[in-house]
Amino acid sequence: MSRILVIAECHHDHLTEGTRKALACAAALDPGGADLAVLGSAAEAAAEEGRRIAGVARVRLGPQAGFDPPLATVWAPVLARLAADYEAVLMPASSLGRDVMPRLAALVSGVMITEVAEVIDPRTFRRFIYAGNVRLTVRARPEAGRLVLTVRLASWPAAGERAGEAAPVVRDVPDPVGDPGTRYIGLEEHTSERPDLQSAKRVVSGGRALGSAENFALLEGLARRLGAALGASRAAVDAGYAPNDLQVGQTGKIIAPDLYIAVGISGAIQHVTGIKDARVIAAINKDPEAPIFKIADVGLVGDLFTIVPALEKALERAGVGS
Amino acid sequence: MKILVPVKRVIDYSVRVRVRPDHRGVVTEGVKTGLNPFDEIALEEALRIREAGHPVEEILVVSVGTAESQQVLRTALALGADRALLLETAQPSIPAGIARVLRALVDERKPDLVLMGKQAIDDDAHQTGALLAGLWGRPQATCVSRLEILADGRLRATREVDHGLETLEVDLPAVVTADLRLNTPRFVKMPDIMRARQKPLDTVPAERYGLGEDAVELLSFDPPPERAKGILVPDADAFVAALKERGVL
Ligand SMILES: Cc1cc2nc3c(=O)[nH]c(=O)nc-3n(C[C@H](O)[C@H](O)[C@H](O)COP(=O)(O)OP(=O)(O)OC[C@H]3O[C@@H](n4cnc5c(N)ncnc54)[C@H](O)[C@@H]3O)c2cc1C
Repeated sequence: MSRILVIAECHHDHLTEGTRKALACAAALDPGGADLAVLGSAAEAAAEEGRRIAGVARVRLGPQAGFDPPLATVWAPVLARLAADYEAVLMPASSLGRDVMPRLAALVSGVMITEVAEVIDPRTFRRFIYAGNVRLTVRARPEAGRLVLTVRLASWPAAGERAGEAAPVVRDVPDPVGDPGTRYIGLEEHTSERPDLQSAKRVVSGGRALGSAENFALLEGLARRLGAALGASRAAVDAGYAPNDLQVGQTGKIIAPDLYIAVGISGAIQHVTGIKDARVIAAINKDPEAPIFKIADVGLVGDLFTIVPALEKALERAGVGS
Repeated sequence: MKILVPVKRVIDYSVRVRVRPDHRGVVTEGVKTGLNPFDEIALEEALRIREAGHPVEEILVVSVGTAESQQVLRTALALGADRALLLETAQPSIPAGIARVLRALVDERKPDLVLMGKQAIDDDAHQTGALLAGLWGRPQATCVSRLEILADGRLRATREVDHGLETLEVDLPAVVTADLRLNTPRFVKMPDIMRARQKPLDTVPAERYGLGEDAVELLSFDPPPERAKGILVPDADAFVAALKERGVL
C-alpha cells in the first residue's frame, strides 16, 4: 500500500505534464511508488496514460460524472475521503491545485506546503518565498498530521514512461456529492496555435514596450519560427496586449523552458521569479541598465522593433525553423 | 451585507529582500512595509461594492499579527474600512494558524462576504482564503479578477485560471480572493488619515481565537541559487550564435 497519493489533472483528455512532475516529486518522497487518483470525464483515457508512468503504484479511478468542470468545493470532499489512506497528498501547483489543495488541507486537518521545490526528507521541504528572493527550508512537525503539498512545476522533471507492466487500476473513488452553493457558468478559454506556456521548451515573452496588442503580435512570427510559446509580463497583460494566462511571474506562471527570450521586459523581481529556472535566458531591451540583463545569459541592447524582425532573418540564415 | 477583509503587513514589493546572517529570517530593520498588495485590492473591492450602492453595513478589516500590524490597519481605515481588529500575537503565524483564527472570527462576526488577497507577497503561500472556506464549509472563488453582485444576492466571480477566465456563481456567505486585475486601488489621502484616527481599532490576543503553535517549523532562510553571469552581444546574428553555442537552438 502506497503512502503517497498524487491527484491527476487533465487538460483536453490528457494528463498534464504537471501531473508527471507531481509524480517525480512523489518519488522523491517515497521511491516505493505513489497512487494516482484520476477524476472526471477524461479519467478513463488519462488512467490508461497514468498506469504507464514510472513510479505509479496504482491508479484510483473515479466515476466519470460530476467532477467536470473541476470545482474545489466538489473535489475537496472526495479527495478528503481518499486522503485518509495516505501520509501525503500531492497535486501540481496549477490553478486547480492552488484552488483545491488548501481546501483539502482544511478538510483533513492537514498541513499544507505550497510549491515544493525540493524534498529533503519526508517531512522537510524547500520552497521559495518573497518572489523567489529567499529559499526557505520548512519541516512539518511530526504531530502535524497529513501533508498536503503542491508541487512547483519549474523544479521537477516530468516522470517518464515505466519499463515493466502497467500499474493496476482500481475503481474505488467515491461519487461526488455536489455543491449546491456554487454554480459553474463557463470558461472563456484562450486558445492559440502556440504551444502551452507552462510546458513549452521555448518561450518568447513580451512586455510593456510592445505598446499594443497589434504590436504584441509581432512576437508571433518569432515564436512560430522557434516553435515557442508566447508569454507576457504583468504590465503587458494589464494593458490588454496579451491574455491573462500568458502572465509569467510571482502571480502568474512559473516556468522552466530551455530558452526564454524576454522582449521589452524590464526584469522586475516579480517577473524574474517566474523564469529563473529557465536553462538559458535571453533578453532584448533598449536600456542597457535594465535589470533583466543582470540575469540574462545572452543580452542584446536595442530597439525591439528593429531587433525582432532582424532576429527572424538571422534565425532563417542560421537554418533555425521555417 | 457585512464584509470582512483580512489583511497582512508585509515587506513592500519594491524591497530587495535579504536573508539574515543567522538564516533565521529576513532583514526587517529599516525596511519599508505596508499592506499586502492583494489585500489592498480586496479592500478596494469591498469599498467599491458599497460605492456601487449595495447596502454594506460594515467593512471590518482584521489582521492577525504583531502590534506593528496596527500600521496597516490604520491605512485600511484611512482607505475607507469602518473598523479594524488586531488579533495580536508575538510571532507571525502560517496560513493554517491564520485560517483557524479567521474561522473563529467569522463565527463571531458572521460576515456575508470575506474578501481577501489571493496570496501574501512574503510567504507566497496562496492558502489562507481556500483554507478558511474549507474550515467554514462555504463556497470559495479564488484568484478573482471580476466580481459582480447579482440581483438575487449571489456573487458572480470571474477567476484567472491556467487556460483563461472561469466564471462561477456562489451563494453567500462565501470567501473571495482577489487577483491583481480585480481593480486598481485608490491612494490614501492625508485628510482621510486624520479622520481614520477616530475610527475604532480594537486589539485582542489571537490566542483567544484559537491561535496555537504552528504545525510547520521554519528551519532556514537562504539566498536562492545564483545564475552565472551572462554576456551582451552586438547584433541579431551574434544573438543567434550565442544561443546555438548554449545548445538551445
Ligand atoms: C504584487 C505584485 C505582483 C506582481 N506579479 C507580477 C508577475 O507575476 N509578473 C510580472 O511580469 N510582473 C508582476 N508584477 C509587476 C512587476 O513589478 C513589474 O511592474 C512588471 O513586471 C513590469 O512589466 P514590464 O517589464 O513589461 O514593464 P516595464 O517595467 O515598464 O519595462 C518595459 C521595458 O521595456 C524596455 N523598452 C521600452 N521600449 C523598448 C523598445 N522599443 N525596445 C526594447 N526595449 C524597450 C524598457 O527599457 C523597460 O525595461 C507584480 C507586481 C506586484 C506589486
